[in-house]
Amino acid sequence: MITLAAAAKVMGPHIDWAALSPILVPAAAGCVLLLVGLLRSPLIRERVVPVLAIVGFAAMLGCAIWRFDHPASIVSDALAIDKLSLTLDMLFAVAGIATVLLSWGGVASRDAGQGEYHSLLLFSAMGMAVFVSSQNLVTLFVGIELLSIPLYILCASESRREHSLESGLKYLVIGSVGSATLAYGLALIYGATGSTDFSGIAGAIAHGKLGVGIAGDPMLLTGLGLAIAGFAFKASVAPFHQWTPDVYEGAPTPITAFMATATKAAALGVFIRFFDMAAFGVHDKWAPLLAAVAAITMIVGNVGALGQSSLKRMLGYSGVAQAGYMLGGVVVGTRLGIQATVLYLLVYLAMNYSAFAVIVAQERELGSSDVGGVGGDDISALAGLGARNPLLAWPITISMLALAGIPGTVGFIGKFQLIHALVDGNYTWLAIVLVIGSMISLGYYLRVIAAVWMRAPAVQPLAAGAGGGLAPIAGGSPEADAPTQTVDPFAIRAIMLVAVVFSAAVIFFGIFPQPLFDLASHAAQGFGSLL
Amino acid sequence: MTLSILIWLPLVIALIAAFVPRPLVGRFVAGASLITLGVAISFLARFKLGHSGLQFVTDKVWISALGIHYKLGLDGLNVALVVLTTVVFSAALVYASFREWDRPRVFYFHFGLAEAAVLGAFCAQDLALFVAFFDLMLIPFYFLTGIWGTGDRVRATTKLVIYTLVGSFFMLAAAIATGALAASQHHTDLNFTFSALQQLRLSHASQEWIFLCFAVAFLVKMPLVPFHGWLAEGYKSMPIPAVAVFSAILSKVAAYGFLRIVLPLFPYASQHYQTLMLVIALVSILWATALAFTTPDARLVVAYSSVAQLAFITLGIFSLRPEGAQGALLQMVNHALVTAPAFFIVAALAARVGGSEKLRDMGGLAFRAPVLASLFLIVALAWLAMPGSSNFVGEFMILLGVFKSKLAISVIAFAGVVGAAFYALRLFISSMHNRLGPNENSREIGVSDALAIVPFVLVILVLAFYPQFLLKRSEPTVSASQNPSVTTVASR
Repeated sequence: MITLAAAAKVMGPHIDWAALSPILVPAAAGCVLLLVGLLRSPLIRERVVPVLAIVGFAAMLGCAIWRFDHPASIVSDALAIDKLSLTLDMLFAVAGIATVLLSWGGVASRDAGQGEYHSLLLFSAMGMAVFVSSQNLVTLFVGIELLSIPLYILCASESRREHSLESGLKYLVIGSVGSATLAYGLALIYGATGSTDFSGIAGAIAHGKLGVGIAGDPMLLTGLGLAIAGFAFKASVAPFHQWTPDVYEGAPTPITAFMATATKAAALGVFIRFFDMAAFGVHDKWAPLLAAVAAITMIVGNVGALGQSSLKRMLGYSGVAQAGYMLGGVVVGTRLGIQATVLYLLVYLAMNYSAFAVIVAQERELGSSDVGGVGGDDISALAGLGARNPLLAWPITISMLALAGIPGTVGFIGKFQLIHALVDGNYTWLAIVLVIGSMISLGYYLRVIAAVWMRAPAVQPLAAGAGGGLAPIAGGSPEADAPTQTVDPFAIRAIMLVAVVFSAAVIFFGIFPQPLFDLASHAAQGFGSLL
Repeated sequence: MTLSILIWLPLVIALIAAFVPRPLVGRFVAGASLITLGVAISFLARFKLGHSGLQFVTDKVWISALGIHYKLGLDGLNVALVVLTTVVFSAALVYASFREWDRPRVFYFHFGLAEAAVLGAFCAQDLALFVAFFDLMLIPFYFLTGIWGTGDRVRATTKLVIYTLVGSFFMLAAAIATGALAASQHHTDLNFTFSALQQLRLSHASQEWIFLCFAVAFLVKMPLVPFHGWLAEGYKSMPIPAVAVFSAILSKVAAYGFLRIVLPLFPYASQHYQTLMLVIALVSILWATALAFTTPDARLVVAYSSVAQLAFITLGIFSLRPEGAQGALLQMVNHALVTAPAFFIVAALAARVGGSEKLRDMGGLAFRAPVLASLFLIVALAWLAMPGSSNFVGEFMILLGVFKSKLAISVIAFAGVVGAAFYALRLFISSMHNRLGPNENSREIGVSDALAIVPFVLVILVLAFYPQFLLKRSEPTVSASQNPSVTTVASR
């Protein structure tokens, strides 16, 4: 009795459950899914589990909207639930919902087990939420691991396709190198500033330990350089991008879409918070370096995409280039720059999902590329799509035009705002590089459109089926090895829904972009110290 | 009735056409395009003479964060071009409606989108809005050429789009820089409307590079030497209605851009680069005239001649004199009225010689087709700027303007006038007279060709008698825009 009474007297720290909810909800939903996924009924496994995953993501979205006007700094200031992190949380949740819809009835979620697949997706989203909220070096590192480890597994979740396993392994190895680099950089920053807290770091840079700023400290600068490299691995920024096309190509396409949009958004969110908040005192030191990296990324990504024949690889390289564009907003270090980057992240989500949904639909029809024959993600497989299936042809056309930055789509608005931020922040030369990069990008985006509308279909589609008939390479199980059933009509409709909704959004927000601007300017509000 | 109705009507028609039964789509769109034409004419009728400022202004904030307005308006610079656009599009759609197109709904959708974008570009009174429409109007032509074109169409259309979009991206960067630098150099809020930008002069150094970016975009679109790489393949591959519209209207948007944007917003740079622009125009005149005279292909004769004509228009614009600008505006209309029927006629000729557009396969067609020949003769005489035609008035005013500012250049430019007579008559003689070609089957002009060509001939004749109709409308604005301080007062 005495011990119980004593325990009752120990006051736990105050926990702000409401502010934590955008992080806790996906975690809880993931745990529930793991349990529900153990039930044997195929109906529950294949219908209820995905629906619950969508509910989980929708709840995360709801929590983010609910807390939007109540910014808070929680867990002894380790996490900032502010408008920037909540905006990105919404983005992760929307990406998650779209990913679940794209995985519906797919190979990956069946091979990996429905419960496991969807709960890993939720855990990864939770990791992203931690990552973008963190304002402490330790939480930051925990966040990056929380988001990465589920993704390593998800990349390899089509366990009977060699490329998927290879992709997961590659991502694991390279991701670990990136994490190690980051950890080393964070350790040096801590050593130089004596603080793991972002505001502590900013204070130390400004006033130093003895009242003198430490902006020129080599230990700090080395740490910042290593941190840039670590984040650059995650955001697939050149020259740390080499894994991107391989992993994107091998991973199951819904997961590729999730990585291309949500992971990139998370990494850029951290770029914004870390560099424009913690390290802003040495802006003149890291900005030229980051600007050079951004310029290289734009050129490398765009040139790399030119020669690709696989649409997923092409989008991987194009994603590299777009990461370069978005870094531009971080480089200038103004509120306008942050706004432009956040706006572009939102825009980028819609543009990519409408393209990836079409790839998924193509793959359901034609099979993956390593099954044999022309794979669903081959650009040549798109030939004649305009005549065959306009409901898929228009979304991918709109998506490509938007990525190229054609007016009437959100891509134009996004690029407009980025160039504006760069010119305004005295980085006109980087704006010119961005423009030149966009010119190069026309070469490959137009090739896709030409294939869709202007080429006659080359070969009869191979009846490869949805990856059936492949022997398990790893983790086979009796139920999963049963003959594949026919394609679920609802699955095709779900994929179409994603394609149509996101491409409609691309057009709608291209004409009425005001809501996006409002959201982005809210997200940048927290950075009151900036211009 | 606001200008928004005029701009978006073609797109609305195209969207409605998606629900019209397939065989009737062409007739429906062509018929409905006459409504657009009627709306445009109603604006022309209500246009008040003697005003230099904007009329029928619509001004709404589009993106407040960027200071971009959805601002439309008509003045002397664009009122005739807007009507002209609807005329040419209606004719092209009527022409197209008599022919079979694969996937007709998509075909007419792209036409509608193109018309909406071109009208938007002409009416836009906001720099960002203009850039958006200017880029957008190219996209339909990418599809029109790539899907319904002939020959190596994918290659041609890719080249066309990459050339023009590269120019457009330079312009996009320059346009954003114009707004951002104007705001920062004068410490005001961002505002992209022309009227606001006109009062915020940029520094000379900024004007210089921004001018070059705009110039590249417009010169590619026209195109003038050395930005003409896409021209021959592009014009050869486009379907006839598309090439008529492209040559007649889209090239004019670029020339109009110089008058609307470059001259008023960057007066220092326009002066600074005047000689460069005049030399580019001059070289283009000589080069294009030589090519039009030597090419064995009838369609390319028209294509190269349109380069020479646009170079003339550029010459007038960069004389930086009111006469030159007036002549350039008049010549824009004249050229469109000549080039669009010229492409239809070339197609009619080709149809009579088994589909070949080579000049050596043609000849002696006039004997069996006197009406076609006389229509062609009227077009050809206007084309070579016969005294008495409105084209003569236009070229005369252009040369007068250049004569007053740069004597030497105007002397050489006269050679271009003579050259026009050579190539226009060469095309006429070698197709209509001479010996009969090898596999010819001459016949009189058909209903569809006549419906597309005759209206142009009528307008050419009317303007020949009464060019003052256009000049009276453009004069106040042109003389005001040549003197920026006057425009500033008038636009308030």
